[in-house]
Amino acid sequence: MSHVTSAVRTPLVTGGKTYADVTEDISRQVEGKPTREWTIAFTIAVVVLIYGAACVFWTWWEGLGVWGLNKTVGWAWDITNFVWWVGIGHAGTLISAILLLFRQKWRTAVNRAAEAMTIFAVICAASFILMHMGRPWLALWALPLPNTFGSLWVNFKSPLVWDVFAISTYFTVSLVFWYMGLLPDLATIRDRARSKVSRYIYGAFSLGWNGSAKTWARYEYISLILAGLSTPLVLSVHTIVSFDFATSVIPGWHTTIFPPYFVAGAIFSGFAMVQNLVLIIRVVFKLEDYITVEHIESMNKVITLTGSIVGVAYLTEFFIAWYSGVEFESYAFINRATGPYWWAYAAMMTCNVISPQLFWSRAIRRSVVWTFTLSVIVNIGMWFERFVIIVTSLHRDYLPSSWAMFHPTLFDISDYIFSFGLFFTLFLLFSKFLPVVNMAEVKTVIKSSSEKLPASVSGVAKGERVTSPTFNKNID
Amino acid sequence: MGLGAGVVLVALGCFLAASGGGHETHEVAHAAGAEHAEGVAHHAYKWTNRLWANVWLNAIYFTGASVIGMFFMSYNYLAQAGWSVAFKRVPEALPAYLPIMGIVVLAVFFLAGHDLFHWTNPALYDTASPEYDPIIAGKHGFLNTPFYVIRVALYFVLWYVLWRMIRSYSLQEDLSGGTDYYYKSLRVGVIFLVVFAVTSSTSAWDFVMSIDTHWFSTMFGWYTLASWHVTGLAIITLTVLALKERGYLQIVTESHLHDLGKFMFAFSIFWTYVWFAQFMLIYYANLPEETIHYREIFSGFGGIYKAPFFINLTLNFVFPFLVLMTTAAKRTGIILKVAAWGIVIGHYFDFYVNIMPGTVGSHGGFGPMEFGMILIFASGFVWSVYSQLEKANLVPKHHPMLEESLHHDIN
Repeated sequence: MSHVTSAVRTPLVTGGKTYADVTEDISRQVEGKPTREWTIAFTIAVVVLIYGAACVFWTWWEGLGVWGLNKTVGWAWDITNFVWWVGIGHAGTLISAILLLFRQKWRTAVNRAAEAMTIFAVICAASFILMHMGRPWLALWALPLPNTFGSLWVNFKSPLVWDVFAISTYFTVSLVFWYMGLLPDLATIRDRARSKVSRYIYGAFSLGWNGSAKTWARYEYISLILAGLSTPLVLSVHTIVSFDFATSVIPGWHTTIFPPYFVAGAIFSGFAMVQNLVLIIRVVFKLEDYITVEHIESMNKVITLTGSIVGVAYLTEFFIAWYSGVEFESYAFINRATGPYWWAYAAMMTCNVISPQLFWSRAIRRSVVWTFTLSVIVNIGMWFERFVIIVTSLHRDYLPSSWAMFHPTLFDISDYIFSFGLFFTLFLLFSKFLPVVNMAEVKTVIKSSSEKLPASVSGVAKGERVTSPTFNKNID
Repeated sequence: MGLGAGVVLVALGCFLAASGGGHETHEVAHAAGAEHAEGVAHHAYKWTNRLWANVWLNAIYFTGASVIGMFFMSYNYLAQAGWSVAFKRVPEALPAYLPIMGIVVLAVFFLAGHDLFHWTNPALYDTASPEYDPIIAGKHGFLNTPFYVIRVALYFVLWYVLWRMIRSYSLQEDLSGGTDYYYKSLRVGVIFLVVFAVTSSTSAWDFVMSIDTHWFSTMFGWYTLASWHVTGLAIITLTVLALKERGYLQIVTESHLHDLGKFMFAFSIFWTYVWFAQFMLIYYANLPEETIHYREIFSGFGGIYKAPFFINLTLNFVFPFLVLMTTAAKRTGIILKVAAWGIVIGHYFDFYVNIMPGTVGSHGGFGPMEFGMILIFASGFVWSVYSQLEKANLVPKHHPMLEESLHHDIN
């Protein structure tokens, strides 16, 4: 790592925090009693979860007929919700793995919360897979297990089976990565613990971390290996999700740009969700000095970039649908924009392509209120994107006699609400019992990137510090 | 400085191209004779088609190699990258070749567009003509000569002008210092990225995809960008190594090389990802209007493109993937060079398999004409890059990130 920081870089930790401050500020909410805000939020989340769970139970008890599906639109909210949650689950690994590989120091303040979000979002996504199976107790049939049912075997040619492998691998690696990053912080909390119970629990989970040079060396080594593994994984997951559609011959689904475009869209929505969560955390837990406006701005730049990539993909699809001269493909796209689901298409275009362009304004991308609002809008847009892709491509089949509309029922809506209850219950538990910012990693950047820098390491140093003769030969 | 090497290469290129030219006429006379014997009339294959196709292929390849210099600089500014400043003048030198490529591309289009691009045949759009093609006629709004020429001219003008701006800021920064030029460059870089986001895709459609006029793939723009990008990275690496070996750019350490190696490794995999996604989806859906593209490469024209098809995959994926896998490899000059040459050659074949079947079909091949043409273009490119490098200090001495780059240590 470079030990020199250019003067044009803005500080990542403000308020002149010391190492002790970092520990104190971040451990505070783990060690203290739950705050009133947390208790209220948690109660709401649990109530929603209970209501949602009852509806999911009824969905399974009664059968998928309680959903609004029909024989033309066989996939609707279920797969929309699944893809939406999986997409959100991309930002955590992107922040922790890809930004680690790119040595982006600003990731240290947000990676913990983003990774937690990833894990919970993938759990929510998986719940829709189980839901739409209708008979979740047979979920093991999705695995290629030897069985006694005769020739019953998974279809290895189906991208749905690849999904099972990709997402379960992704989930495992994300979990290990997240947990591994937690070890030093768990040990810190163990060492500070006053009650026996918490010392025992945090002690057990910190796996005997002792902070020696050797454990740190292994920590860094494993981080790099996991980052190297997660990077192709994070790309593969949404690539395979896109294959669920793109390997078909349904107009609007079969298009070669889907894999990278889905990945970009996933990062886009994931970052928007991270923004929402982190903006709440920084206010409620008073972490404004760690999650600074610079962090928010950086994430907004990623949102603008990925949103624009998605925009280019939309336009490419539209253009090629016309250019190809394939009647069905052209119709699918015209129908999306002007057919009965035009409002969904308009919502998608406005929320995903136009709204993130507001972040070109420096004032908007540094405004907390704007960021929060636009992030919500982005995720609404990304939900509509999946809805548009799935429902508008299906609802007008080749024969007009098979044309149909999709109308969500109470259970379509409630099962979606269930996933919010699940997500927020898990996330609130995480935010109470685990440090929401990676203390150990923030400490590694505090020297080089804190607001109050020792003069010797800040700014562009004087020319005489560089004394290599060859270098000087080239200067004048 | 490096001009000596450049001049030698140019001389070598000219010599080889001249001798290649000799063979060309030979071979070509053959081909022409054969064609005349067959007595094919309209739009028949002429020996010059292969020559023009070769010029086109190299022009597109080196256009990419040049513009990626600007692309690299722009995203490094946007991402506030510090490490790459030590060799920033290398990517900065690449786009100077763009005007020459622009002229070549437009010249080929005017001189031989009819032989290379099926869609330029007016009969295709004439309902009365037996050659009327409703699918191509449907594309007329996009594929028509005036709009095409405007687009192509616009690409080169926009790319070049933006490069001139960032280059001039960079040189002024050397003289006056401060952070003003840094922020100005950042702004130009962002504008370029916005422009390139659109033009990288549309130019790929214009330059390559429109050759197989019926065929289409939404991935094609990003696929071409991935190919250009990794080629540019390999060229940057090779140039940095060449300078370092000759005693320049000693500030570039193993750590910088390691990162360049990672870039080549990662973006070779990215190219493969894009290649595979496009191929797999077309293969899986098995729609005749899409599979024809791969059919032609893989088994069309007597199978002459099968070998380049596999060379493409081997040199661009298997080779860099295995060679650049270890840390030690990415820090060793000679291994980096081997990998970078593999990538540079491999991506020539990438464009080869996408351009040649649609332009020369069964008359394609790989002989002195191909070699000669590569050498002419490559010599020009090397000359252009080295003369740019000569014009400015190799170290952007007032770049605000320079100090970070000098201390870049990822051991």
